[in-house]
Amino acid sequence: MLAEKYLRDAMMPHIWCPGCGHGIIMQAIIRAIDKAGLDQDKTVIVSGIGCSSRASGYMNFDTLHTTHGRALAFATGIKVANPELNVIVITGDGDALAIGGNHFIHACRRNIDITTIIFNNSIYGMTSGQYSPMTPAGMFATTSPYGNIDRNFDVCELAKAAGATYVARSTAYHANSMPDLIVKAIQNKGFSVVEAISQCPTYYGRRNKIGDAIDMLNWQKENTVNVAAAARLEPEQLAGKLIIGELHNSSAPEFTEQYEQLLARVQGREE
Amino acid sequence: MSPTVKLLQGNEAVVEGALAAGLNFFAGYPITPSTEIAEGLAERLPKAGGRFIQMEDEIGSMAAVVGASLTGAKAMTATSGPGFSLKQENLGFAMLGEIPCVVVNVMRGGPSTGLPTAPAQADVMQARWGTHGDHPVIAVYPASVPEAYEVTIKAFNLAEKLRTPVILLLDEVIGHMRERTEIPDTPPVPIVNRQRPTCPKESYLPFDNSQDVPPLANFGDGYRFHVTGLIHDQTGFPTTAPAKVTALLDRLHNKINNHLDEILMWETEGMEDAEIGVFAYGATARSAARAVHLAREQGIKAGLLRPITIWPFPDQLVREYATQLKGLVVAEMNYGQLVNEVERAAQGQVPIKRVLQANGELIAPDKILQAILEVR
Repeated sequence: MLAEKYLRDAMMPHIWCPGCGHGIIMQAIIRAIDKAGLDQDKTVIVSGIGCSSRASGYMNFDTLHTTHGRALAFATGIKVANPELNVIVITGDGDALAIGGNHFIHACRRNIDITTIIFNNSIYGMTSGQYSPMTPAGMFATTSPYGNIDRNFDVCELAKAAGATYVARSTAYHANSMPDLIVKAIQNKGFSVVEAISQCPTYYGRRNKIGDAIDMLNWQKENTVNVAAAARLEPEQLAGKLIIGELHNSSAPEFTEQYEQLLARVQGREE
Repeated sequence: MSPTVKLLQGNEAVVEGALAAGLNFFAGYPITPSTEIAEGLAERLPKAGGRFIQMEDEIGSMAAVVGASLTGAKAMTATSGPGFSLKQENLGFAMLGEIPCVVVNVMRGGPSTGLPTAPAQADVMQARWGTHGDHPVIAVYPASVPEAYEVTIKAFNLAEKLRTPVILLLDEVIGHMRERTEIPDTPPVPIVNRQRPTCPKESYLPFDNSQDVPPLANFGDGYRFHVTGLIHDQTGFPTTAPAKVTALLDRLHNKINNHLDEILMWETEGMEDAEIGVFAYGATARSAARAVHLAREQGIKAGLLRPITIWPFPDQLVREYATQLKGLVVAEMNYGQLVNEVERAAQGQVPIKRVLQANGELIAPDKILQAILEVR
């Protein structure tokens, strides 16, 4: 069973609220790791701070639960120091894009071979419901009691513009297709980003009166369009819809490969 | 083989010392007056097969150092005051996670952007308490370029032996001053490497409280362990149980306090018959040594107390001489940081005269001599 192999049974029960989408996404990551055939002893999971970042403690690998926003910088140190390790970063929308925004764009820019899964529930759940850089304008949070006037990022466009070579989006509702996107992210030799839209019924759904977990999962189903289907639709038909699937797949020099070449050059070795 | 003799800056001596200690990972961010360390390692590390990365900021540099160390690398970063402030977050993580690494702070005048090119001993207390929460800390403080070379090696040895970050404080003037420095073919002190676990992987306790310094496995070696900035039990997983919190924090303190003999370094000059002592460190100790010499010329029995390890504070050094002395001068380039520790350790047994200056200039020997004459 995948759970027995890849989860730390002693760490259960997890801290996530009933109806939270994070467990579904963690399951998708585990399925992807298994499907990609990664060596469990050579795979490191790095996370930051927040609800999503607790996933590292539940997963049976070498795991590093770092400081808020810094997971990608720790992960960069790991990958540069030992490029043989597979490095997967688990982070949330606040962790990756507010306090960790600088590390995020620079990891994209370096195209370092790290796979990042952003659990995007549009809210700071751990601290009980403050707005994040992914909270859409107009939505309510404990720190936007009159409606959020901030605009939210499109993290996939941001990642692409900053230089990530693989970018995909999925949702907790699309649990069955998410693992394949993560497999491709892992297999990409470069920096990969998968935005995994999650639901927080406790602090986001309730405050915004958008229903329970089932309602929020149905919202994910009804407001997303697969990238292949989207290509056949007019822009006005796509208004307000999120496009899911593989959004960007390109190739560019990867940082640790470049570094190996630099080492060979400096040391006068044959490449 | 005779040693290579070089005319080195202090910052260059740190580079030489780090390489001699086995450094194989450096992450940094440009900042005056420490930049020569990053520049030197950008050139030298790849030749030695090591890895250098210039990160997007100081916070990321400290994070990358911790990540690299967890794969088994000997890792270092270097910065100055404003960058040291930014590193405090992940320095605290390294302390709690017990991750060996060396953090160099070539100090400048502060606060804030301060005096980027001028010396100050301004971060002595930040080195002690800059990161939040109760934690022990090791900080070493060389006073010359050759000493910067040797103390850098010792800083790595302490980090590896005690599984902890070690802070190396350097005065701007030592960082940029050139002195004759011997670089021997083999390091002047034996190189220490961290202890690795030998137990079965299933029974590995990365934070085993039955020993002061539990062995540290490398990520990738199959131990599959967890490191977190949360308070954790012996397994590494979070706990809030008061007894387990106490066990961890006690051990973190004990592993420093039980190894003071190895950690504490100091030098004295003329203290055998001294009636007046001068306590000074780093570049200020050089002025103090001159002042002691001038005082001796006037027939005053003066001596120098120079700590090389400033954290943990060498209480013994002060206590040993406090009852012997008629007066103790404490000189430092700040508004009074380590002098409060000297007073605490002296327990009122000797009158203490402060010579404090933080205007971007070194404290002149005459100013210290004047204090010796006044406290006599």
